[in-house]
Amino acid sequence: MRKIWDIPGGIHPPENKKQSVDQSIGALPLPDRLVLPLNQHIGAPARPVVKPGDRVLKGQVVAEPHGIVSAGVHASTSGVVESISLHPVPHPSAMSSNCIIVRPDGEDRWIEHQGIADYGSRDPQQLLDIIRLSGIAGLGGAGFPASVKLGPRQPIDTLIINGTECEPYITADDMLMRERPGEIVAGIRILAHILGNPANILIGIEDNKPEAYDALEAALASNSSEGSDIELVDFPTKYPSGGEKQLIQILTGKEVPSGKLPAELGIVCHNVGTTQAIYRAIVLGEPLISRITTVTGQSCAINRNYDVLLGTPVRHLLANNGFDADSCPRLIMGGPMMGFTLENPEVPVIKTTNCILAPSREEMPPAPLPQPCIRCGMCAEACPASLLPQQLFWYAQSENFDRLEAHNLFDCIECGACAYVCPSNIPLVQYYRAAKGEIRTLKQEKIKADHSRQRFEFHKERLERAEAEKAAKREARRRATESARARGAEDDSGITASVATSTEASSTAATSPEAKAPEAGTSAAKATVEDIIMAAKARAEARKASPEQRRAALERGIEAARHRLDSTRQKLADGEADNLGEASLDKLRAAVEDARVKLADAEGKLAKLDLPDSNDSDPADSSRDTGSAERVAKKLGDSPRQQLQGKIAAINNRIAVTEQKLAELTDAATLDALRSGLDKQRQKLAEAQQQLSALPVDTAPAPVESPVQDAAAAAITRAREKAARLAQMSPEEKLRSNLDSLVSRLDKARARLATAIAENADHVETLRTTVVNLESKVREAETKLAQGDH
Amino acid sequence: MTLFPRVTSPHGHAPQRTDQVMLRVLLATLPGLVALTWNFGWGTLINIVLASATATACEAGVMALRKRPVRFYLSDLSALVTAVLLGLALPPLAPWWLVLMGVAFAIVIAKQFYGGLGYNPFNPAMVGYVVLLISFPIEMTTWITPRELLPEGVSLPGLWQSLQLVLPLPAPTDLAVDAFTGATPLDSFKHNTGLLTEQFYQQTPLFSEAELAGFGWEWVNLGFLAGGGWLLYQRIFTWHAPAAMLAAITLLSGIFYDGGSSTSAGSPLMHLLSGATMLGAFFIITDPVTSATSNLGRLIYGAGIGILVFVIRVWGNYPDAVAFAVLLMNFAAPLIDNYTVPRTYGHARAKRATVKKD
Ligand code: SF4
Ligand code: SF4
Repeated sequence: MRKIWDIPGGIHPPENKKQSVDQSIGALPLPDRLVLPLNQHIGAPARPVVKPGDRVLKGQVVAEPHGIVSAGVHASTSGVVESISLHPVPHPSAMSSNCIIVRPDGEDRWIEHQGIADYGSRDPQQLLDIIRLSGIAGLGGAGFPASVKLGPRQPIDTLIINGTECEPYITADDMLMRERPGEIVAGIRILAHILGNPANILIGIEDNKPEAYDALEAALASNSSEGSDIELVDFPTKYPSGGEKQLIQILTGKEVPSGKLPAELGIVCHNVGTTQAIYRAIVLGEPLISRITTVTGQSCAINRNYDVLLGTPVRHLLANNGFDADSCPRLIMGGPMMGFTLENPEVPVIKTTNCILAPSREEMPPAPLPQPCIRCGMCAEACPASLLPQQLFWYAQSENFDRLEAHNLFDCIECGACAYVCPSNIPLVQYYRAAKGEIRTLKQEKIKADHSRQRFEFHKERLERAEAEKAAKREARRRATESARARGAEDDSGITASVATSTEASSTAATSPEAKAPEAGTSAAKATVEDIIMAAKARAEARKASPEQRRAALERGIEAARHRLDSTRQKLADGEADNLGEASLDKLRAAVEDARVKLADAEGKLAKLDLPDSNDSDPADSSRDTGSAERVAKKLGDSPRQQLQGKIAAINNRIAVTEQKLAELTDAATLDALRSGLDKQRQKLAEAQQQLSALPVDTAPAPVESPVQDAAAAAITRAREKAARLAQMSPEEKLRSNLDSLVSRLDKARARLATAIAENADHVETLRTTVVNLESKVREAETKLAQGDH
Repeated sequence: MTLFPRVTSPHGHAPQRTDQVMLRVLLATLPGLVALTWNFGWGTLINIVLASATATACEAGVMALRKRPVRFYLSDLSALVTAVLLGLALPPLAPWWLVLMGVAFAIVIAKQFYGGLGYNPFNPAMVGYVVLLISFPIEMTTWITPRELLPEGVSLPGLWQSLQLVLPLPAPTDLAVDAFTGATPLDSFKHNTGLLTEQFYQQTPLFSEAELAGFGWEWVNLGFLAGGGWLLYQRIFTWHAPAAMLAAITLLSGIFYDGGSSTSAGSPLMHLLSGATMLGAFFIITDPVTSATSNLGRLIYGAGIGILVFVIRVWGNYPDAVAFAVLLMNFAAPLIDNYTVPRTYGHARAKRATVKKD
């Protein structure tokens, strides 16, 4: 007898397995159509290789694996490809995704196929390729492509076959082991060959399946001639013994290190169903086109296991089992502990569908309202991962992500044992899922920020090099400017420059902070600074000039701006005529808009000048003018952080102006242009903010006048950052990130709703609407994403 | 086409509900309550009735003020548990206002001001008890002499007489209150001066008449021990905190028994079976809300309480100390929690709750 280890925690929910094992594995009539999702596994969706109208035979490849972690899809009967389109698929979010829809022709005709009887003489890699092309993904529930799991980099000394099936109600593996033990054992031998004959080969079964145990034992005995060292191990029934990590612990006493794969311990673990499918793929040459699925629950008149063709709509399955939809409060795919509900019975059976559970109301009454957590610790007693679910719940509620990670939230396997025992009926797992989603999103954002910081640092280095090269030139120019200034400060060109650049002064001064930051020890750079201060002083002098002079300068500025606007417009028109790409057109439009803004700005200034009270005696105005040199000087003396803050403020300003305009405009072309201009600004803003966040803290003296940002402002900034990020992403990425954030928002909203309901708060209705809205948004996003998938 | 609702897993639930947990705690107090009533008369029962009514009224009032569903929150029975525990701890025949005040303070201030069930850092019953003990030391230390130790011709007051004593009714004329009030075993031991422990035990009827330690009190404590054992069996709480507390008391009193000298701290049996030891060990420190969270944490928490109880009993100013010890360790519970997070599956060692990862 092999030593068995116990796992901490665990629960003993009513098994409810008896009702579905009375009859042998059955077959169903062909459904009127098969829905084959391209993504029935973890990893990249398969790529369709058929088109609507194509005739396909049973077992024919209809979609090929795409990338390493992927699995192919095969027609599970012969027929005609009706369409490749969006269809609801089994997923907790009730999303739709791309499916190949096949209309069976009723002939059920196989494609030519041939197995390999003498696999023992074949190269494992060749067998792995067959497994991969046969579309085999973990049938136990996770759906991880089997070929990936079987090709680990580490040497494997233990192969574990999982026949635990610890979830209540499900008997698919049980029946498979009872009725087809020979195929399982043959499959195990193939796996052993591929893995280089590991020293230990174990089949783990819970002791509530004696028939399966006996059947396997007999199969092993009759098969022992092939040099058998397969060990059959049974152990006490307890949920969740069948979790991969838990089973490994039970059979070997080892724990899979957090965040690692079992292969690191030299262990590979496969479900009995997967093993059998591999046997069929290798020896018979049959790809994965069917699986054993339990149909059970009191809303079904018949509770039984079927060998179901993949793609069979759940509705078809239910219809053949006397399903009473009215008595069924929820339809579950998988078991009662970890299964998810199906909204739409049209979803197909896929590779991971081990059970369709249609309970009656008495069987699964709606969950009572959650009561407060009394910290009784029953959840911790039940947790197989030795977590403290009550603490996780507490910190999930308060969104204390540091604490959540310190309490190892990510080691939660979402088994639901804690929620099952919680006397207060708190939907704990829901909180954990939401919190995990949120933390993941935050982490992704951080990774992105880190990337751009690196980019920024490279950029900085380059600039510094360039700066050194330019230093000499600047020195010369400074001398020239000084002598020129000595001759007369009211030089016309100076005034023009001052007006034309007035809107840009702040941003140009801060464009590359390090370029203008005082660089100790480099006299050249210092000279540059003085240079700029001088120029600013000169401009300030110029502003002090008489109204007439200022008007003249402004008018010249307007003239220049108008000219620029005309020329950019011309360019845009040319571009449009030349059918330039949309991207370049957008750029041009943005340029036009830029010019327009500047013109408007200049005109505004002129108008202001014309107002009677706007003259030199205006104290604010003049002080602004005289102060400008000091401001520039100050800006240059400022730390890079302050400069960036200034820059951000300026950009924000501009964004606000543009947005204002955007709101007022109706003309589509201009709108587009404005939008793209806006995007550009936002991008700049994001860059500046990233630079700001990238700055080491110590370069910032106490923030001089750091504005107290209220929550709203912060939210706006975040939204803008997001917009900027979105602008840099591909449409696919955009959709995905959008979807991610939506889902995490939805989870959060649901959790809030649950709390609100529990507390009977006033805003329950509002929250409910939010949840509904979010749900529809998620669905929309998913649809879009799916559409973009191929 | 019918769409089915979307519900998150798990789809099943164990039959256990919070109100059932509370109900079992209430049931488990019965043996102790019977022993108290047998030895000290109707007083404790009256305490409990008064306390329960007050607690229900306070809880309902606060819930109504907080605009929460009153019935839903009363149905968790947690207010009743607080009331019953405080009723058990207060001296029998305590005046009605004492009970009212203690319970109101426990429910309104110690529990609801902190956010209600699950959010209170301090054990409400013990907060109520300590507030009373500090404010009304005389009333709080007036105990009853056990029925069978009463002098000849004196008996415990009957139900009506007890009500007359407790409620603002005309006092019973045929009753000399002084005749049946007396010290508790711990109290009298504290005032032992100079006698060897053995001598003291022999000369004091409270001890000399007892089977194990402290006449009457031993049965009360055994009653609570029995109820606690049943709760343990029902897995309402784990053994860690009670076992650690009792072990700490046993160990310390064993060490400081000092062979029964005149400065002895008293025998382990006396410490285990007198005062509120068992009530505390199985009904007070097992209050999950205010105790430490992990099993290791509860060991530390329970041991801390055991040590504090002993220290205050022997060297402090109060004859008994469960309430103070519990409150002090309530303070420490969050800190204990930070350092006693269990080792998670797949991790080489346990982490502190305060570590930050970046
Ligand atoms: S089981 Fe429920 S009530 Fe008890 S501590 Fe855990 S979350 Fe809180
Ligand atoms: S769902 Fe997570 S926290 Fe709850 S028992 Fe399972 S592993 Fe533990």
